[in-house]
Amino acid sequence: MPIDLSSLRDLDRLAAPADEALRVGVDDRLATPHRARRRPRGLGFLVDKALGPLLLLGVWFTASGLGWVDSTTLPSPGQTWSAAHILIANGQLQEHLLISLQRAAVGLVIGVTVGVLLALLSGLSRVGEVLLDSNLQMLRSMPILALVPLAIVWFGIGEEIKVVLVALGVMFPIYLNTHTAIRSVDAKYIDLAATSGLGRIGLIRRVILPGALPGFFTGLRFSVAIAWLVLVVSEQINASSGIGYLMTQARSIGQTDVIVVGLIVYALLGLISDTLVRFFERRALTWRSTLQSR
Amino acid sequence: MALDASVPLTTGTRTPERVREPATHAVRASKVNRSFDGRGVLEEVSLSIGNGEFVALLGRSGSGKSTLLRILAGLDSEYAGQVDVPERVAVAFQDARLLPWARILPNVTLGLRGQRAHKLALELLAEVGLAGKEKAWPKTLSGGEAQRAALARALAREPELLLMDEPFGALDALTRIKMHRLLRRLFLRHRPAVLLVTHDVEEAILLADRILVLTDGRLSLDLPIDLPAEGRRQAATFRQLRAQLLTELGVEDDDH
Repeated sequence: MPIDLSSLRDLDRLAAPADEALRVGVDDRLATPHRARRRPRGLGFLVDKALGPLLLLGVWFTASGLGWVDSTTLPSPGQTWSAAHILIANGQLQEHLLISLQRAAVGLVIGVTVGVLLALLSGLSRVGEVLLDSNLQMLRSMPILALVPLAIVWFGIGEEIKVVLVALGVMFPIYLNTHTAIRSVDAKYIDLAATSGLGRIGLIRRVILPGALPGFFTGLRFSVAIAWLVLVVSEQINASSGIGYLMTQARSIGQTDVIVVGLIVYALLGLISDTLVRFFERRALTWRSTLQSR
Repeated sequence: MALDASVPLTTGTRTPERVREPATHAVRASKVNRSFDGRGVLEEVSLSIGNGEFVALLGRSGSGKSTLLRILAGLDSEYAGQVDVPERVAVAFQDARLLPWARILPNVTLGLRGQRAHKLALELLAEVGLAGKEKAWPKTLSGGEAQRAALARALAREPELLLMDEPFGALDALTRIKMHRLLRRLFLRHRPAVLLVTHDVEEAILLADRILVLTDGRLSLDLPIDLPAEGRRQAATFRQLRAQLLTELGVEDDDH
């Protein structure tokens, strides 16, 4: 059977952003902690940030306005806007958004809690490390979405499965980054704690946990991205509510404008949640940025 | 330096004996041996430091002086021999080693509790010239300021023995001179026994009551310094002592 290479390449391209989000790697900011480059402030900053998206929007307007793309393939910005308007007016968007938010939040809270607890267990005790770490390191190489069939068998297609999948997806980056951070707290601070009369609890509370906090936040940012990713997929497979469901339903009756509205909502959710995490990260890690604390 | 966190979290097999009753000596160590992978780093080292005595320990790199300090600090438990240290021991490291995620005051009171410690910490910060820096982050301090905060932290423990591992090695020459004066003043006021590990011969002569030289894991010289507390550099015997110590360390003194 001949293989259509072009469609494979398309698949590749589609998979790329998801892969990027799933990669539990090293935070790029760790490599360059002291950024010398001055970032523009105020209006200049806004222009820098907004120029790219505005240009993209312009291209979208032009392409639909001049009829380069068929409106059933990609709706015009106007059509998308009115679709969003209708969805908001009849309350559908809010209703499904609330449900999606709830699932993401519950899954995130459970996943973060479990991930942190496991990281503490395996980071702070030899037994915990032996029992947990190699298992978790092994499991993390499995794409979390490959669990969907088994998860359906175990949890059915109700609310649980969505929360469980999100929690599982969230747990791994939290565990990996926090565990690594605990393990790489500098030995010289451990010596300091020993000579300062800090007990075991004091060592954990004053040295290990604050020392591991940057790693935890790195994990949290990956986690939030993964939470949305897993939620999108699980809401599109088997759901009767949520933004993913709204989009799947729209697909079955050919409403591309509603699909695009859903995409934009997801994008905004991702952006807002990442901004929130960064905000809390900056608050918690003021000691890392010398200029702010002076 | 990355670590295996489980190692420091388990208690060592051996720790220096903490002597509770007041003794005439802060440190009594006899026949201390320590080897790494069969290579002897300390061999039959015996030393004692009197209460309130300032002893400098000189040695070339790799002579085992830091190993000896780590043993006295209770950070190395894999030694053979008898080591007695007082109950309250404080350590000042070469890097100031302030916890970067804690402000200066909690860094100084690290491991201490109560109003008294808090008050003492404030006093000590003022004494080392860091009044008003209580709420600063360690990253915002200069090298000298950080080292002064570390000195305040060490003294806040009200130590009977203060161990210092090349505490001024990373400072510039001018700051080092100021730190020498400050240390001398703090020493006279608080009177702990001090073991200052250094490779700076002049620093040792300027500060110490007695100088020990460690050569290849053995104490090769025990030299009382009979100089006035002030103006030691001008003393007639200064150059002579310097030459003697440099020779002991295997360096030709070309300053004739």
